[in-house]
Amino acid sequence: MNPFISFILLPLLMLSACRSEQPNSSAPSPSSPTPAAVQSPPKSDGNALTIKGSDTMVHLVSSWAEQYMKVSPTAQLSVTGGGSGTGFAALINGTTDICAASRPIQAKEVSQAKEKGITPKEIAVARDAIVVIVHPKNPLTALTMQQTGDIFTGKFTLWDQVGGAKKAIIPLSRESSSGTYVFFQEHVLKKADYTVYARLMPGTSAMAQSVAADETSIGYTGLGYALEMKDSVKMLSIKKDEAALAVVPSEETVASGAYPISRELYFYTNGEPGETSKPFIAFCLSETGQQIVRETGYVAVH
Amino acid sequence: MNELGFSDKAMRLLLLGAASMSILIVLLIFLFLGKEAIPFAEKPGLLALLDSRWIPVSFQQPRFGLLPLLAGSTLITVLATIFTVPLSICGAMYIADLASPLEREILKPFIEILAAIPSVVLGFFGLLVVAPFIKELFHLPSGLSALTGAVLLALMAVPTVISISEDAIRSVPLAYKKASLALGASQLQTMLRVTVPAALPGIVAAVMLGMGRIIGETMVVLMVTGNAGIITWQPAESVRTMTATIAAEMGEVPFGSVHYSALFWVGLVLLLITFGLNVIAQRVLKKYGMMQ
Repeated sequence: MNPFISFILLPLLMLSACRSEQPNSSAPSPSSPTPAAVQSPPKSDGNALTIKGSDTMVHLVSSWAEQYMKVSPTAQLSVTGGGSGTGFAALINGTTDICAASRPIQAKEVSQAKEKGITPKEIAVARDAIVVIVHPKNPLTALTMQQTGDIFTGKFTLWDQVGGAKKAIIPLSRESSSGTYVFFQEHVLKKADYTVYARLMPGTSAMAQSVAADETSIGYTGLGYALEMKDSVKMLSIKKDEAALAVVPSEETVASGAYPISRELYFYTNGEPGETSKPFIAFCLSETGQQIVRETGYVAVH
Repeated sequence: MNELGFSDKAMRLLLLGAASMSILIVLLIFLFLGKEAIPFAEKPGLLALLDSRWIPVSFQQPRFGLLPLLAGSTLITVLATIFTVPLSICGAMYIADLASPLEREILKPFIEILAAIPSVVLGFFGLLVVAPFIKELFHLPSGLSALTGAVLLALMAVPTVISISEDAIRSVPLAYKKASLALGASQLQTMLRVTVPAALPGIVAAVMLGMGRIIGETMVVLMVTGNAGIITWQPAESVRTMTATIAAEMGEVPFGSVHYSALFWVGLVLLLITFGLNVIAQRVLKKYGMMQ
């Protein structure tokens, strides 16, 4: 028997066995339940604060929580992921103080909240942008959203179809387990499937590495990472439509909302933030808080 | 060997327990894989596994066809075997028959070191050295291809195949060789017409075990093959193997979803293939009395 197989499968089985014990299995992931602090039930004492929601934001919110607890040592924060939907459900059920969400609340969720006497209040805390990258030797400088989508759905297979050289395009995507994959699919591919010829890269660095190596490839990555890699890959400007101006991806254009492939990341509270959540949210929006946003690869809101 | 016997019963039991552990584990793995895979057979049905596309995450219709993954694993395994076999057999022939004791003392440890290189490290090497080299050599648009994966997997399989083939060649009775040489055959003729044919079953088994290693390898293929789920027989194309699919997707898949049980089907198919290869190899070895 090949022992290798047993080695990969056994931990996987154990992993799944552990996960099945979690009550919230709507979108669990190994990284999502990241308690940033000692777990304590919500509202048990004045300084406990729970933040639940988006998996995309877990790393960011944990970093905030860590720094916040250094400034304000009496605070007890617990941060968990599970997905934006899980976060909204928890807010509506009153099991979390703050819901972290990478999408705005849906009308359905607002009415569910109203039935329970909860008024969700939205606070934008950071921005997340995805940059389309190509090899530095690629003569192209800009694409429209439509063209970018058509390249990744496989409608365009040659660079000259979008104004480049007569060479085959190698589309590079992230693996389907990535949040970026889904966000890009929803916003740029307009929910269509990726072409089967798209090569799926196991990580952001593998993506940047391949784009830097292969002259005819095109990929995408978060803005923070693209800026770090700007010497070896070229960031394309994006036009919202044919008539619009091409927008260079940068912290400024993302913050102003001009760059089209970006989304806001939110906190939702029940009504105005309470006594414990208010100082934490203020910390997140402060200069220090927004510096953490930049350090974790996102874009500040101001 | 049994006459030696172990007087210490406790020791005997302990060893028996350790030896039978693997049987228990294999059975348990089959059982658990099957258990997690069953829901898929009920809901989308097993026919869904015959789809020509593997698109597990989709806003349209998720598709869970195993065919591109099977094709990817097959292409890589066939290519890697083609690279492995001549290299290993030549190497084994030299070490078993021609090498001086000093040469053997240098060659064998290095072959073992090659076997011991962690596959992630080999993957890095592949990504940074082999992929760009293959890209240049064949003027490909990208070095992330089935060919690159196969070259690296061949590197991983060669030590296994050399070691077992060498044992097989050395276990050919000396009388065969002496008789052949006495009849006036040259050393080369003796090797090709007498020694290697006599050792052939062992070599075949070695190759099958090597193939088992190739098909089950994960990290290298995940890193260097590009992972595009297309059905192709072109070595220059990107392919997605069964192992890479499980490794890339299992971490974030919603527990209990259709995608989750589809991944267990991938695992089950993979396990059956490696199991089959191993069983065949063992039987060949046993039939020709070469079981070590």
